[in-house]
Amino acid sequence: MSASSSTLTGGAKAPSVSGPHAEPILEMRHVSKSFGGVKALRDVDFSILQGEIHGLVGENGAGKSTMMKIIAGVHAGFEGEMLVSGQPVHFRSARDALAAGIGMVHQELSVIPDLSVAENVFLGHQPVMAGGVIDWRRMNDTARQQIASLGLDIDPTTRMGSLPVGLQQLVELSRVLFSGAKLIILDEPTSALSPPEIERLFTVLRRLRDDGRSIVFISHFLDDVLAIADRVTVFRNGEKVITEQASALTKDSVIAHMIGRGSANMHMGESATLAADDSKPVILTVEQASDGRMLHDVSLTLRKGEISGVYGFMGCGLIELARTLFGKNALKTGTLVIDGKPIRFASTSAAREAGIAYVPENRRMMLFRTEPVYKNISIAILDRIHSIFLKTGREREISETHIKDLQIRPPRTDIALGNLSGGNQQKVALAKWLTHLPHVLILSEPTRGMDVGAKEDVIRIVKALRDRGVAILVLSTEPETILTLADRVTVMKKGMVVKEFSHGHIDKSDLLAAA
Amino acid sequence: MTLADSTKSQKSSLKQLLSDQMRNIAPIFTLIILVLFFAVQSPVFFSVANLLNILSNASITGIIAVGLTFVILTGEIDLSVAALANAIGITMAFFTIQPDYVNIATIPLPGLICIVLTLASALALGAVTAFGVTKIGIPSFIMTLAMMQIANGVSALLVRGQIAYTFPDLITLLGAGKIFGLRWSIIVCSLLLLFAHLVLTYTRFGRYVFMVGGNREAAEYSGVNVKMIIGAVMIISAMCSGLAGMLGVAYFGSAQQNGFDDFLLTAISAVVVGGTSLFGGRGGIGNTIIGLLVLGVLNNGLDLIQIDSFLKILIRGLILLAALVINVYAQKLKEGGAEG
Ligand SMILES: Nc1ncnc2c1ncn2[C@@H]1O[C@H](COP(=O)(O)OP(=O)(O)OP(=O)(O)O)[C@@H](O)[C@H]1O
Ligand SMILES: [Mg+2]
Repeated sequence: MSASSSTLTGGAKAPSVSGPHAEPILEMRHVSKSFGGVKALRDVDFSILQGEIHGLVGENGAGKSTMMKIIAGVHAGFEGEMLVSGQPVHFRSARDALAAGIGMVHQELSVIPDLSVAENVFLGHQPVMAGGVIDWRRMNDTARQQIASLGLDIDPTTRMGSLPVGLQQLVELSRVLFSGAKLIILDEPTSALSPPEIERLFTVLRRLRDDGRSIVFISHFLDDVLAIADRVTVFRNGEKVITEQASALTKDSVIAHMIGRGSANMHMGESATLAADDSKPVILTVEQASDGRMLHDVSLTLRKGEISGVYGFMGCGLIELARTLFGKNALKTGTLVIDGKPIRFASTSAAREAGIAYVPENRRMMLFRTEPVYKNISIAILDRIHSIFLKTGREREISETHIKDLQIRPPRTDIALGNLSGGNQQKVALAKWLTHLPHVLILSEPTRGMDVGAKEDVIRIVKALRDRGVAILVLSTEPETILTLADRVTVMKKGMVVKEFSHGHIDKSDLLAAA
Repeated sequence: MTLADSTKSQKSSLKQLLSDQMRNIAPIFTLIILVLFFAVQSPVFFSVANLLNILSNASITGIIAVGLTFVILTGEIDLSVAALANAIGITMAFFTIQPDYVNIATIPLPGLICIVLTLASALALGAVTAFGVTKIGIPSFIMTLAMMQIANGVSALLVRGQIAYTFPDLITLLGAGKIFGLRWSIIVCSLLLLFAHLVLTYTRFGRYVFMVGGNREAAEYSGVNVKMIIGAVMIISAMCSGLAGMLGVAYFGSAQQNGFDDFLLTAISAVVVGGTSLFGGRGGIGNTIIGLLVLGVLNNGLDLIQIDSFLKILIRGLILLAALVINVYAQKLKEGGAEG
């Protein structure tokens, strides 16, 4: 450790000079950062040229977000040097970074639900008229235009919190995209977006690049990264492995750099051959469910030992369907039948007691950031391991098993959950339902934000659960996830079931065409 | 790792520890400063009699603060505690034979039955609050404000401006009696604090209380019956207030309208000054004990050094403000430290 940080090898790692805009707008030299005992970055050199889209990839916990937070002034303390347009800088806060033209959209949504869409877009720099009065008209008009250029038709006066997560993500993006920043950092911006939304985002990104802006694009969707990026950097385990022209890379080579070995069997399904088995016993049926808002006459059947996939674009009612099944939202009409008995859940705990487990798409919603990992895992099974008194030893034991099975990093039971990387948090959210097998497992976007390896792990675990007899419902806006996992597929659109596939060959285009 | 590296990481983990523990360290520090200050300023401060005096003055507030700690840990608030204590104290008087010169309509009952009925009244009032907050969905701030008014109404109706002096023997003993020179009320309060601490730290229910306060939505998505937990803490709070009311009237020697007026502010202050997070999920009985001692020492000490009694009110207000600032700041530090 000390040896590498004291040798000067910077010269050899200078950015490859290419293209018309060759000057680096940003250079990071010998950057290291640790959190307590965890080394998140070790002696990393990293640079971004003017007018390029720079893809950044790496496994969960590789240090991508940490590096970007340093650049964006969120982590003020680090070792190493940072140069903007050749000048050494030291940001003490995100505000400093913004002033220097660096804007970042974080992995976790950071919108303010109680403000309007326009207020969110202009957070902190509202247009004012003489006398410091906010110019609402201009603010709303500009916000409407900006959102429209992302292909959205949202009333800028809508309350942010009333929009689905995907739209919130787009609004948040527009805040930074149109802020005039010359370096724009996007940390997993597409995780909640549908394919058409992603296309529109990419068009905007290319336009910004052609204007001479620089963009860092972090994603676990390697195809997307290779399609949009000019250059790609791979991080592994806190170190930079390589920076290369995107044209010189393939998905396989990127994966190999990410995990440090060959990438056989690391592909998510582009197509699938379904063989649903109607003889398997039915565990749960949803009959003509409507919630009076988003869902209209949705019918579904979940069978023991089978994975049902539901695919649809953002805002098609997937989230509402999951919430309704877990007793969070009330059913207006229609019925829910479990093991032949109609049932109505008064609360989520009633649903849990009936054997239903749910992992929502947004991990913030089911995790306790300031609590240690083991308490996050045990919360859903406390009544199984303890009657009255807590047996913390047992809780830790259980957590350790899950940490090992899911390869959660760092493998510690008592670290505060908020200190894990995004993908590892997602694994913890899954882990809490794995100790006592539920009858029905509802997974909303189970692979969102996970690196290829972690996705493989999740797929393996979900399939193992199926083979042990759990009826699984996977809801996702990612066709690959559905195609890799599902035994039968339902497509939803505008809150209705529009198509079902149970046998034969289907591929991505079938899903996209139906949705 | 080089030496520079390791001192650096030690430093940062020390900083981390300090920011984590800020809500615990600040109140203890305040307590020590206050004790030293008053010990220097007043020779009687450190006498056994005075220290016992501080404890017995804090004991009734302490009982209320136990219930309030549960409520605040879940991120809710109970503004009805003092009014409820008074109403329950008066209810107990209502069920007890009063001397002839007390002009109050009563339904006298044997001591034990009176106590049971009085506790049942506290339970009933707590259940009403719990129902309003969880089933109807009224914010606890508003619901308990209404309950405060209702309890005041009950008190007013029962005593009609009179004062009651007689209470069941057992209660008189626990509220005003002593054993080996130690007030029973201190013992009751200590036992209750201990019991509540054990419940919060070592039981499943206690864990739920913290988790619901830490992130209510996450608790709900983990299948925790959040409404039941919140209903339960509202009832616990009402029962604690009720007990405090019963012992309190015996402690004062009288039950009357407005008998507990100071207690709302003092009890909330004790919990918050002790460092339990106003947003829920952090803190506990240990914090509340420190908070009670800080307020107890402050009130007692200010009396001893004979300062302007009007200034005293201001000083208490400033201390509470300082505690609130630290409380909110500690929360921010904690959240900032766990940025993901
Ligand atoms: N505030 C923090 N405190 C302690 N450890 C942290 C903190 N932030 C990040 N880490 C650790 O630093 C390492 C790198 O995390 P980082 O968030 O940069 O990963 P990432 O590459 O963005 O991963 P992902 O793809 O999962 O988002 C992880 O091991 C993580 O646990
Ligand atoms: Mg990240």
